[in-house]
Amino acid sequence: MADVAGVTMDEVLRVAELANLDLTAEEVPRMQHDLNAILRHIAQLNELDTSGVPAMAQVGEMLGAEMESTGATLRADVLLPSIDRKAVMAAAPESDGRFFKVPKVIER
Amino acid sequence: MGLVSATIEGIRAGVANGTATATSVAEQHYARIAADDGPSGKGINSFLALSRDRALAQAAKIDALAAKGDPLPALAGVPVGIKDVLTMTGSPATASSLILKGYMPPYDATAVTRLESAGAVLLGKLNCDEFAMGSSNENSAYGPVRNPRALDRVPGGSSGGSAAAVAAGFAVASLGSDTGGSIRQPAAFCGVVGVLPTYGRVSRFGLIAFASSLDRVGPFATNVRDAATMLSVLAGQDKKDATCSDRPVGDYVSAMEKPVKGLHIGVPAEYFGEGLDPQIRAAIERALDSLRSAGCEIKKITLPHTKYAIPTYYVIATAEASANLSRFDGVRFGLRADGVKTLSAMFRETRDQGFGAEVKRRILLGTYALSAGYYDAYYLKAQQVRTLLTRDFLAAFTQVDAIVAPITPTPTWKLGEKTADPLQMYLEDIYSVAASLAGICAMSVPCGETASGLPIGVQIMGPHFNEETMLRVGLAVETARG
Repeated sequence: MADVAGVTMDEVLRVAELANLDLTAEEVPRMQHDLNAILRHIAQLNELDTSGVPAMAQVGEMLGAEMESTGATLRADVLLPSIDRKAVMAAAPESDGRFFKVPKVIER
Repeated sequence: MGLVSATIEGIRAGVANGTATATSVAEQHYARIAADDGPSGKGINSFLALSRDRALAQAAKIDALAAKGDPLPALAGVPVGIKDVLTMTGSPATASSLILKGYMPPYDATAVTRLESAGAVLLGKLNCDEFAMGSSNENSAYGPVRNPRALDRVPGGSSGGSAAAVAAGFAVASLGSDTGGSIRQPAAFCGVVGVLPTYGRVSRFGLIAFASSLDRVGPFATNVRDAATMLSVLAGQDKKDATCSDRPVGDYVSAMEKPVKGLHIGVPAEYFGEGLDPQIRAAIERALDSLRSAGCEIKKITLPHTKYAIPTYYVIATAEASANLSRFDGVRFGLRADGVKTLSAMFRETRDQGFGAEVKRRILLGTYALSAGYYDAYYLKAQQVRTLLTRDFLAAFTQVDAIVAPITPTPTWKLGEKTADPLQMYLEDIYSVAASLAGICAMSVPCGETASGLPIGVQIMGPHFNEETMLRVGLAVETARG
């Protein structure tokens, strides 16, 4: 497992950037402290030898042949009612009724 | 008809034979909410929004059916509350977050549709931890919920409002969601019944996603029979949710008539270690004695990877959350930060203003676990341990029909007592997260009280898709307690 010596302040900022989160100056050290405490607890997974153990992404795969949705049969390709576009667009912060409007995408 | 003693069958029968109307039952419940839920009453704060028009229209429909003498559906006239992580048209869906403040969803969750088709009267939306992340309901952007059984204490979380509303008699049943214990733990803290159905048993269409390989929808009720009735309405395939199973649904209501004599009950040593409150231990032992008296065979079993459940859970749940919550960006719904000049600034500022501290913490942890260089060490490792945890249960269920254990290490704690240390709060989930990771069904049933009157719950876990056996054991515990 990864080195649990600790997440640095820079790493917290880097992860926040990846997650599109702006952290305030007070939040950064607090998050660093909390992440390190939690990661130290998580490090106990290192005690287990998991070589050769398959990764479980979802419950169904553990039930083997008993589980149904194998994708062997496809549903019929028929048109079903979908959600009303007007109702969807009405929930947007800014819209012309057909599209979502956002600020400038290209930054200069 | 007294409110506290109201049961699903009691209300249905009352409406059918004319001693009550669905409208009067709904009004009684709204009156009690008006009296006690707000700051001028007991300040329980369980409801975030009331859906009075929708509820009274439905009640009028049920009353018209009853007046014609038509047969009434299973939940006819039963007042039900909905956790605010499920969508319901006509009411905001906030997930208790500022980022979705005022968001009006354009469709109903399948669980909501099913309840209403079965005659339920949907009273409104219930408070919870923000995006269902928490164990005390203190992470709500709209204020904490108080435990109706002890007003200075937490109701548990994340479905704290769903448990409190049923415990306070505001609703006869409610819907919650459970990702790592969020139905079973608050049920135990508030002294009500809470059911976590098998992964894939109940549709999640319309559930605001937290961790998709773990999230489940399930009911709260005052008693096991009502929980079985709720589950029978909720369970079954839904074409709108590809993870929802097409297996035939069991007859949970008839299962209530089958005795538990001859069932093998497993007691896992790992759930009775250090840190378990002695009064809870004693209450669980009394529940086991009553099952023994009812003719069950009690067997010691082992679930050897239990201690790894919390670290496994907090890697997988946060990793999935960091992906699921990327959709809250100020573009399509909810909050958008004002005065931002570029798209990327809008994303960051909207999310900074809209998310609370616990949600940010989990997004950061999950993003870290999934980031380049750490993926194998954290996420892949946790998925492998998840396999081991699930194998523990599969092996146990070759020897026993159900497993009985505590659901919480302690009874409910005081508001504010554990908010300073997030890891300490996570460790409270020690008895609930393993069943979540393994996808098995589990429930919490009241089994006693502490000396100071705080509710104690017992957890009953059943094999995948065998809710009947779990519910039978739950009923036996409830019946023995009287």
